[in-house]
Amino acid sequence: MTKTRFDCDPDTDIAWCPGCGNYPLLGILKEALEELDIDPAQLVICSGIGQAAKMPQYVHSNFFNGLHGRAVPVATAVKAVNPSLTVIAEGGDGDMYGEGGNHFIHVIRRNPDITHLVHDNMVYGLTQGQASPTSPRGMKTPVQTGGVTAEPFNPLAAAISIGAPFVARAFTGDAELTKNIIKEAVRYKGYALVDILDPCVSFNKTNTFKWYKEHTYRLPDSWDASDRMKALEKTFEQDMLPLGIFYRRTDMKPVFEEQLPVYASDTSPMWTRSRPPELLAELMK
Amino acid sequence: MKSYSVVLSGEAGQGLKTIETLFMKLLRQSGYHAFMTKELMSRVRGGNNTTELRISSGPVYAFTDRIDLLIVLGKKGIRRLEKRLSPDSLVTGESGHLDDTGVPCRKVPLPVQESLADLGGTLYANTLVSGLLCALFSCNPETAYSLISTQFSKKGADIVKNNITAFNRGMKLAKTLPLRAVIEKDTSAEAGSKALSGTEAVGIGALAGGCNFIASYPMSPGTGVLAFMASHADKYGVIAEQAEDELSALNMELGAWYAGARAMVTTSGGGFALMTEALSLAGCIESPAVIHLAQRPGPATGLPTRTEQGDLNLALYAGHGDFPRVIYAPGTLQEGIELARRAFDTADEFQVPVILLTDQYFLDSEGIIPKMDFAHTSIRQHITETAPGYRRYALTPSGISPRGIPGYGKGIVRVDSDEHTEEGLITEDADVRTAMTDKRMKKLAELQDIEPVLTGSRDYDTLVVGWGSTYGAVCEALERQGRKDIAFAHFPQVYPLPKSTKAILSRAKRRILVENNVTGQFGNLIRQELLMDFNARILKYNGMQFSVEELVQKIGEVVQL
Repeated sequence: MTKTRFDCDPDTDIAWCPGCGNYPLLGILKEALEELDIDPAQLVICSGIGQAAKMPQYVHSNFFNGLHGRAVPVATAVKAVNPSLTVIAEGGDGDMYGEGGNHFIHVIRRNPDITHLVHDNMVYGLTQGQASPTSPRGMKTPVQTGGVTAEPFNPLAAAISIGAPFVARAFTGDAELTKNIIKEAVRYKGYALVDILDPCVSFNKTNTFKWYKEHTYRLPDSWDASDRMKALEKTFEQDMLPLGIFYRRTDMKPVFEEQLPVYASDTSPMWTRSRPPELLAELMK
Repeated sequence: MKSYSVVLSGEAGQGLKTIETLFMKLLRQSGYHAFMTKELMSRVRGGNNTTELRISSGPVYAFTDRIDLLIVLGKKGIRRLEKRLSPDSLVTGESGHLDDTGVPCRKVPLPVQESLADLGGTLYANTLVSGLLCALFSCNPETAYSLISTQFSKKGADIVKNNITAFNRGMKLAKTLPLRAVIEKDTSAEAGSKALSGTEAVGIGALAGGCNFIASYPMSPGTGVLAFMASHADKYGVIAEQAEDELSALNMELGAWYAGARAMVTTSGGGFALMTEALSLAGCIESPAVIHLAQRPGPATGLPTRTEQGDLNLALYAGHGDFPRVIYAPGTLQEGIELARRAFDTADEFQVPVILLTDQYFLDSEGIIPKMDFAHTSIRQHITETAPGYRRYALTPSGISPRGIPGYGKGIVRVDSDEHTEEGLITEDADVRTAMTDKRMKKLAELQDIEPVLTGSRDYDTLVVGWGSTYGAVCEALERQGRKDIAFAHFPQVYPLPKSTKAILSRAKRRILVENNVTGQFGNLIRQELLMDFNARILKYNGMQFSVEELVQKIGEVVQL
């Protein structure tokens, strides 16, 4: 693995299972950030709870490892009070699409300039093998004993429908593609969703590394990512899962933090500002 | 102190607010002291709402049952107030609204509609009533005209003119009422005073405390503070965001503090219940947090537009695990400003959540206070520039670690909801766990108490104990009783209990608890922490605040006047 400025202490005891898809993703993420030449002190990774949400623990950068499902509101606020920071929200499918489902809808509506990385292994790992919102129908688990009956959540279709300006799917088994997508997502100005297929070796015996290899394909180079309706249609392909940037809006969609009146004439972060007592005196008028 | 009580009764959507706002300003500018409180039904139109206005020669800050003048602007206004009317009460309004029978009071019809026929009828009824009150209380009509012009100028010159005509007709109609209020005015006081509501007090205090970020989900009666901050956002540089739910709101607040803002949320009991996981997060990551918890009666949806002090236990015990917290509860508008301001300092300095506990009665009431001086208010940010190797949770003697924020310095700032090392990394080391718990729990050792406010006799046998919005009514009740052996201890800092509490309570032979809830939650806290109980508990939980009269009576029964 290439050495990067984001490498954590080599003695760190990483808590993932051997063979977990999160290991290659950790390397991919650090390389992507290195190639983007980001200063670790200017990067904030916000995460929730779950195996995926442990990611920032192993990256040398600022992080806010908060509550299950709540990384996105935290990330939105961090970016809003200091837009000069690079902000990533990262977690798993249960964290982001289940517990944090409501925030997923509304972060897209707000459109902050953050990158949303969702490790999608179609199962709950940390709590040991229950169905996740993206589990396929029929998948048997210790809780869904007769098999999952609910329709799997389609995050890409939801994101495009709600108005996300950048929507992609990656697969940790395709390192080069995943790295390039993450770099594009971080560079993109606006909310960028990357749903990352990521095998769980302990609890998902259906959607294995081999299964993903056999059921994914790269979108062709000729793919026109600016066509929203075509992109939406593409998200409904479920037998063979396309990988790549489905949709990238080319005109600039207004970004949440830039529309805040506090930045209308002053782009400095909130912490650098002060409020003069004269202004307070006016409150008593 | 001489005071006069006017009650306006009307339907929701009828515009009582127009009269209240105009008349409060007029009273202040005329040199009166005044207090206004209202009770609303949970509906946008119809029903029956009332507003009580007390006009007084001295500071007044309490609800009174007595009604000197009742102005009914809708049907069924009299019947609902039957218990508060007496043969001395004067009731006026359209004759069709005065037909509730069997209530002993003096009724004088007021031909509102007829007087306004040429202006299009009842549209200007509110302004007419304002004119009536202006004349009854000998306010300066010129001041009123200028207030009317300011209030209606956006709607055009014709509207201003019609309002002034309606106002003058109201002044004229005042002569038909057998009533003259003689209350001393102090016209010199006008320049140094301000009329404001509890909601505004919290908002002003937050701005004085340096608040520059608020995220909240609307819920009565807490929403007003969000609206106040939003309306001041441009001028004061505040990010005001309506969150998709309360979970998001408090998590946003914590993200904002993490990145260097001074942030708050405003909510009510139900919304706060949803925030409790994030409250615990604030405890674990040692984030400052300011939470305005505006109480209304529960459980569940309860009485959405009414008042109660029923969420103290919720504020005390919300959040899983042990972590320190501070709870402030203002009893006056000045305290509302001061405690909201101080909440930010306390939260920032000690890296703990601070809950500002108010209620519907406090927030929706309006009073007149001397202007506060912010000239020496400095906002001190307790953040530090980080260096490489920075440790967010460095163990220190006080338990408080210098707080860095991302992007300020060359260090890395890691915060973690898992138990963590000094670096902010996940750990399951049992010794670290113990050290971190001890560190968190000792942070408030240096917290400077806000002392209980003692009113009445210094040499008391009987001590009345209360907190939050009961302050005004208890003070006035004791003043009316005029006994030399009773005092009142009001607690603006509810938790941690101030260190002086035990001594203050011990000096009394008899202790009376006054709380606007059914179990006496503050009394139970005192009993639990100090092993001291109360001889009597005066509790009210019907959705309304205490009136001065009922406290006079109930305290009187206990002390056997």
